[in-house]
Amino acid sequence: MSTISSGPRPADYPNRRPEEAVAEPTVMTTADGTPLKVSLSRKLRRSKIKAMLLVAPLFVFLVVSFVMPIFDMLSRSVDNPEVPTELSRTVAAIEGWDGEGLPPETVFAAAFQDIKEGAQNRSIGRVATRLNYEESGARSLIMKTARNVRNAEMPANAKAFLIDIDEDWGDPAIWHVIQRESDPYTLSYYLAALDMEYNAQGEIVEKPEYMQLYVDLFIRTLWMSLLITFLTLLLGYPVAYLLANLPMRISNLLMIMVLLPFWTSLLVRTTTWIAILQSQGVLNDMMVAVGLISDDGRLQMIHNQTGTIIAMTHILLPFMILPLYSVMKTIPPSYLRAARSMGASQLYAFRRVYFPQTLAGIGAGGILVFILSIGYYITPALVGGQSGRFITNFIAYHMQSSLNWGLAAAIASILLAAVVILYLLYNRLVGVDNMKLG
Amino acid sequence: MAAPENATAPEKAWYYIFRVLCALIFLFLIGPILVIIPLSFNAEPYFTFTEAMLSFDPAGYSFRWYEDFFTSDEWLRSIRNSFIVAIFSTILATVLGTIAALGLSSRFMPYRSLVMAILISPMIVPLIISAAAMFFFYSKIELAQTFVGVILAHTALGIPFVVITVTATLTGFDHTLTRASASLGADPTRTFFRVILPLVTPGVISGALFAFITSFDEVVVVLFLAGPEQRTIPIQMWSGIREQISPTILAVATLLVLLSITLLTLVELLRRRSERLRGMTPG
Repeated sequence: MSTISSGPRPADYPNRRPEEAVAEPTVMTTADGTPLKVSLSRKLRRSKIKAMLLVAPLFVFLVVSFVMPIFDMLSRSVDNPEVPTELSRTVAAIEGWDGEGLPPETVFAAAFQDIKEGAQNRSIGRVATRLNYEESGARSLIMKTARNVRNAEMPANAKAFLIDIDEDWGDPAIWHVIQRESDPYTLSYYLAALDMEYNAQGEIVEKPEYMQLYVDLFIRTLWMSLLITFLTLLLGYPVAYLLANLPMRISNLLMIMVLLPFWTSLLVRTTTWIAILQSQGVLNDMMVAVGLISDDGRLQMIHNQTGTIIAMTHILLPFMILPLYSVMKTIPPSYLRAARSMGASQLYAFRRVYFPQTLAGIGAGGILVFILSIGYYITPALVGGQSGRFITNFIAYHMQSSLNWGLAAAIASILLAAVVILYLLYNRLVGVDNMKLG
Repeated sequence: MAAPENATAPEKAWYYIFRVLCALIFLFLIGPILVIIPLSFNAEPYFTFTEAMLSFDPAGYSFRWYEDFFTSDEWLRSIRNSFIVAIFSTILATVLGTIAALGLSSRFMPYRSLVMAILISPMIVPLIISAAAMFFFYSKIELAQTFVGVILAHTALGIPFVVITVTATLTGFDHTLTRASASLGADPTRTFFRVILPLVTPGVISGALFAFITSFDEVVVVLFLAGPEQRTIPIQMWSGIREQISPTILAVATLLVLLSITLLTLVELLRRRSERLRGMTPG
């Protein structure tokens, strides 16, 4: 395009005879007299604008309905409005505190006023919950104080008054927390999501062993996803090979067996695994019937890791087979025959000639299955039990039960970062434009 | 592809072992889905085959779970809700997605791969994250616990499927056809309706079917975003599995398998038609 739109210049024709070079129309024009260069670039711009206008409605829709919520969630993971708004006087007063011993009387007086006001308009619970994430016991401390100061007059000595209500006010720890969380933004949700916390000196340290939870869960999620990816590859590779090398009529028929699970409801597939794997289920009954196991020796295959791995391997298998198949379909069978005719054994020909050509498919299918797997929620939640839980289950837990939304957002953001990195890798490897369905 | 005649004995053995292995994997893929169908006719409230069922005693089979399903207000309402949400979100996703695909397949589209990556992202971002994000955001603008909110969310989730299938159809589109049409005197509108649309329709419909099943099968976003008024079939199944597990779920599952078989057949037929129209062999 660029060579046309830049237009032919007179200098491009050095062999012309002089009288022609002098002649006027050195600039090519269209029928209505506009120079070709102008006309073409106008046309190009118009096509560009037309394409963008076609995409615009969808793009705007998706930004509003999907992208903005995601960014909103990301901001929630660092958002820290409770302490700065609810304890605004205390925050202003505690700013100059050097952290040694207890804060000065002015800080206690400010805290008294803040808590009293919060108790009166019933907004103190938010900040109490927020501080409790940082310092266990802070919630009951604040709520107890709120009940006591609600109708109290400002005492002469606020320090003594508060410590009299609860001696925890005499412990610098709570004041350190308030000072630390007085910024409108906080890193503490991310620290909690990575099993870390601030110590008394305000340094970032690992939580004590018995309090650690999320790092192990991240690792378990990654490990189980890797295992599931490997299992789908192990099962998917032979099937994809068979489908790619059978006559079209038969392979189309067999393809239905791959596509049907793909189209079947996720919940149906999960339910069916519960029916098959549970201790009074089909598989255990069959094994008891043929005498493989005794009636009291029924195997526990569900509500644990085994169940999650089996069900998810089944659910994600089509996502491995389809990309593998589309790559294998493009490998001419003559390559293998050529290798064989030159004396390679079957195994050697496969290893050195066929397998390397399928690596692109393995990469595409592998990343796809892995991405889908680390973000899975429904199946681990239904068949995972305790040991088969994924990190996603804790996002749901903090969203729905503990209502610690900041922590849910922080865990989700970390997971999202992992997915985005893998997605970019996938995009580099396959190109989202080349993604095929069905 | 029979075993080659000049194959050595171990090669022949491997050939048959390979076939058996593949058959087992196919069984693993399809078996669990088929097992659920006879189980749903169980006369007893069990999730396994009873003695009577195994001896093909008619008394072991019954339609009681189907009856249960079709007479339960809760289930019937969830069917209605599922269809409302799926139909509206499919229409929205298909219209927006098809128009966008026309622009995306133009070679003049700037930042094509970046835009494409953003449009595909709802398919890649884990559902639990989308659900959490949408819950926060839609609550703020008071769309949580409304049909509009759930429909908009499902539209976003269905869009990647429409965009992918329609752009794939348009990639194989022969642009000389539009020029031929124009040279024969058709204006752009006529060209669109008489030339472009018939050729891309199979892609549009299969994109729409993908969007439909995505919405129809979606649990997590509805779980977070919907109120009691918007309970869909998957939610009903979800709470059924977690709380009071009854074989009614198996009856629902069987009906859903039938639905997916229907949709799959439709998509396959459309794909073949589309490839035939473009002069390619089906496959």
